[in-house]
Amino acid sequence: MIPVCPTTALPPGEATRIEADEPIAVFNVDGDFYAIDDTCTHQDASLADGWLDGCAVECPLHASCFDLRTGKVSGPPAKTPVRTHRVLVQDGMVYVLRGHAEDGAA
Amino acid sequence: MSRTVAVVGASLAGLSAARALREQSYDGRIVLIGDEVHPPYDRPPLSKEFLAGSASLDDILLGAPDDADLDLEWRLQTTAIGLDHLSRSVLLADGSEVRADGVVLATGARARLLPGSEGLGGVHVLRCLDDANALRADLATAERLVVIGGGFIGAEVASTARTLGLEVTVVESQPVPLAGPLGAEMGTVCAELHAAHGTRLLTGTGVAGLVGTDRVEAVELTDGTRLPADVVVVGIGAAPNIEWLARSGVALGNGVLTDARGATNIPGVVAVGDCAATWSVAAERHVRIEHWANALEQPATAVATLLGTGAPAPTPVPYFWSDQYGARIQFAGSRRQGDDVRVLEGSCADHSFLVVYERDGQPVAVLAMNQPRLFTRWRRQLRTAVPAGS
Ligand SMILES: Cc1cc2nc3c(=O)[nH]c(=O)nc-3n(C[C@H](O)[C@H](O)[C@H](O)COP(=O)(O)OP(=O)(O)OC[C@H]3O[C@@H](n4cnc5c(N)ncnc54)[C@H](O)[C@@H]3O)c2cc1C
Ligand code: FES
Repeated sequence: MIPVCPTTALPPGEATRIEADEPIAVFNVDGDFYAIDDTCTHQDASLADGWLDGCAVECPLHASCFDLRTGKVSGPPAKTPVRTHRVLVQDGMVYVLRGHAEDGAA
Repeated sequence: MSRTVAVVGASLAGLSAARALREQSYDGRIVLIGDEVHPPYDRPPLSKEFLAGSASLDDILLGAPDDADLDLEWRLQTTAIGLDHLSRSVLLADGSEVRADGVVLATGARARLLPGSEGLGGVHVLRCLDDANALRADLATAERLVVIGGGFIGAEVASTARTLGLEVTVVESQPVPLAGPLGAEMGTVCAELHAAHGTRLLTGTGVAGLVGTDRVEAVELTDGTRLPADVVVVGIGAAPNIEWLARSGVALGNGVLTDARGATNIPGVVAVGDCAATWSVAAERHVRIEHWANALEQPATAVATLLGTGAPAPTPVPYFWSDQYGARIQFAGSRRQGDDVRVLEGSCADHSFLVVYERDGQPVAVLAMNQPRLFTRWRRQLRTAVPAGS
């Protein structure tokens, strides 16, 4: 379980990046938290720097869209989905479970 | 008989047009004609990851898994040599023709050559995959590279060659590189990346000629200086591929002339991407935009024009990026001579900043280096701030 930040530090519409070899982006969509691999599957850009539009994030480089709930590509040029990770909120803290897909598929 | 749309040019703009046709419910025949051997691929990596060797051809192919559903009739390795506007037929080099109800012109542009450099070994331009493969092979055994032209492609090649360990000199004829797109002030700031990464930049110097018999040995400058070179890359801009339309009746200028919605003077014929000079309401002239995002977004509007659905597409704000020496440069909007430049975040010296170009106090363009998040917000803001139709 990776501690990310207090919920208050990640207000709705905001995103943060967990730095690692394979960084993870965590988003707050109207109070619901989502975590996906931070690096766009198209080329090299950080999705935490992208534009949040509902439950989708648009890549800051070439505007590929990914569904935060499933990781699926909802807009090209990306062809491969990003991995999703489960998010837990406990005692006002946001945690990410790396490698545990949000949909339970792992 | 069902309807036919012929798309000429099978790269980003052509493929995007084919996709847009299906998205806009066109269910007739689509013939995609392209003169290259390869299926559509992405060009920006050719000066970046692909040239460096960190991306493969597979990585840069534009095709997506569900493209099979597009039901396209591919005519690769096929050159279009003319267009008969009366029968709306595309004439092909093999003597056959494709009769169509609608034609999308998407033949892009080609790299300008340095006069007198033909046939000299070690001299390259960079536009297509074959160019990139040839350059990559040549750089592998070279020690000294001279890049003629300090534009984006020249700067990116210089940067990639530095990571490959070459000694690099960039020769720019203008006093400041990138002054056209970015203005002299910010062009200067971006050009500082060269020196910071060990590339020699010579500005305000013309090239008198290339020295060498079979293979290039040096570049001679107008002031008499000789720069020894194992490899030379010529990055002096691109010219639209429109000669094949010379006798077609399609109005041509610096590109295929179209209105703001992609229509040419010939009914049923639209033009998109690097080959199109599209009317810009904001600039009050035809503008040929040579950026990836334009080739991606413009076809949706042009296809709506072709199908007569006329749904007003949102006006995209011109956008491009460039990766040099590990720095990501992003620009959106329309800059003009005389616009004021204001630094809103970071500092130019740190190579991390966001600057806004203002005209009459209004933001018209934004430039960022290594500030993708803030840039994305500004780009959005410009999209909503720019009046429709411009
Ligand atoms: C090395 C390089 C790096 C770049 N980097 C960036 C970047 O970082 N950011 C950015 O925004 N943009 C960048 N660009 C620009 C971007 O790639 C172009 O804007 C884009 O490729 C334009 O797409 P297009 O389909 O209009 O034209 P093109 O990609 O030029 O495609 C036109 C196609 O039509 C074919 N064709 C031409 N004539 C005929 C004919 N008569 N019959 C049949 N086929 C024909 C051509 O062979 C080609 O396949 C870069 C370009 C290059 C070359
Ligand atoms: S890197 Fe994300 S869309 Fe290209």
